[in-house]
Amino acid sequence: MQGMSLIVKNITRLVAGFIILFGAYIVLYGHVTPGGGFTGGVILASGLVLVVLAFGKGFTRNVLTHETAKVADSMGAMLFLLVAVLGFAGGVFFTNVLSPGTVGHFVSAGTIPIANVGIGVKVSAGLFGAFLALAAFRRSTASAQERADALQSDI
Amino acid sequence: MTLAMVPFMLTFLLLVAGLYAIVAKRNLIKVIVGILVLNCGANVMLVLTGYRDPPAGEAPVAPILTGGAAQADELARTAVDPLPQALILTSIVIGLSVTALVVSLGVRLYEKYGTFDTNRMRNLKG
Amino acid sequence: MDPILWILLALLGFMLIASLIAIETQDLLSTVICAGAVGFGTSLVFLLIGAPDLAITQVVFEILVLVVLVREVITRRDETYATSRTTLPVGVVLLALGVMAAVVFTVLAGNGTDGDLRLRPFGQPRMTRQVDAAFLAPAGRPEAAPPGTEPGSVGGAYLKHGLTSDEASRGSGAANYVMGVLLDYRAYDTLGEATVIFVAIIGAYAVLRKVGRSRHAGNEPDR
Repeated sequence: MQGMSLIVKNITRLVAGFIILFGAYIVLYGHVTPGGGFTGGVILASGLVLVVLAFGKGFTRNVLTHETAKVADSMGAMLFLLVAVLGFAGGVFFTNVLSPGTVGHFVSAGTIPIANVGIGVKVSAGLFGAFLALAAFRRSTASAQERADALQSDI
Repeated sequence: MTLAMVPFMLTFLLLVAGLYAIVAKRNLIKVIVGILVLNCGANVMLVLTGYRDPPAGEAPVAPILTGGAAQADELARTAVDPLPQALILTSIVIGLSVTALVVSLGVRLYEKYGTFDTNRMRNLKG
Repeated sequence: MDPILWILLALLGFMLIASLIAIETQDLLSTVICAGAVGFGTSLVFLLIGAPDLAITQVVFEILVLVVLVREVITRRDETYATSRTTLPVGVVLLALGVMAAVVFTVLAGNGTDGDLRLRPFGQPRMTRQVDAAFLAPAGRPEAAPPGTEPGSVGGAYLKHGLTSDEASRGSGAANYVMGVLLDYRAYDTLGEATVIFVAIIGAYAVLRKVGRSRHAGNEPDR
């Protein structure tokens, strides 16, 4: 996958950090404002997809690899399961064991923020990995003629 | 049939359109779009059953506590039902992930047969 | 409720027209774009109804699915004449839908405030009904029931008792009621949802892998 033009690259350099920060905010404050784990995870995945689309495949060979996506996916799922098993300390599977706290503060609502973080990491890594798999598939099936065409256009 | 039932009927028509696309279309991309439309129709119908009329002249009240714990009683009297919203959040996420899976299947079929037409994909020679 | 109802009907009509265009048009790129219009229409409906969580989630997911679909469709132009196969599947579909419509409109007709099988009118959900609080009594001591009435559904009871700990519930403490339902009261459903997403992603990996496709390096369809 080729990168895009210079304008897109410069704008991505400015904007990608803000997108990832916004996604992290929506994941962490999911129990106070609208949002939560799934929404924030998809916003994070969109930010990573933007970076990969703008800078091309060379960027994904070092940092944002397919292996990293797979490992992060599994780590997020295991964090969520850990929160569930922790509920056994309260007597039943999935009990909310930490204290409810003051309503509306960041540190409140028990184990809900931790579960949100686990789901956010899982969803973002999973969707990003699926996009990488589709992009790699497309590149490998292009014939020589299509590869020559793709080098000239910017898709 | 009062005017209050018309939203449900329009959403039912959306479900019908999605089902028609899945059954009677030959192109694989049209079938995938039919799955998308069917998902959207079902989600909208189930969220619309949980809507509560706001007090006269105001906007619908979302079930989010913005004014501290003192607002909880007033929210319990005027807010929209939160239970269908939570379950439809699950449904939206699953529906769109499965759509991504079906798109990858379609791409793989295109690579093998060279077309999106399901009538030409019938030659299953081993 | 009147302006909300008219805007809602306009949005639903827009979604219906967009879905019909998406199904009937010959060009694949127009199909995908009209499907995106249906998705954005549902996000606006969610915002109007008072469901901000759902609106954000629908918008962001729709954008990602649109990016994937457009990337896959834009270089794979297929000259399929997008007509229906025969008249038989369409006839069967219409018959089944006629039966379903008869059942559904029997359910939708009428007031529905008394009977339990009918859909309630738009704007008066089940939780506006108040029932006697006798079912909250501890087991074996019916005289210790709290006084007053309770909302007639789980959603209403959660709105009334679910925030702080009292004698009726443990309390979740989340200011966002929808997240409290998803991750405290119905956390098992969220575990199932995470599993479904996991399996869908693994399915996509398995379909799109490189191992075993070296035989098709010529990419010729095998007829």
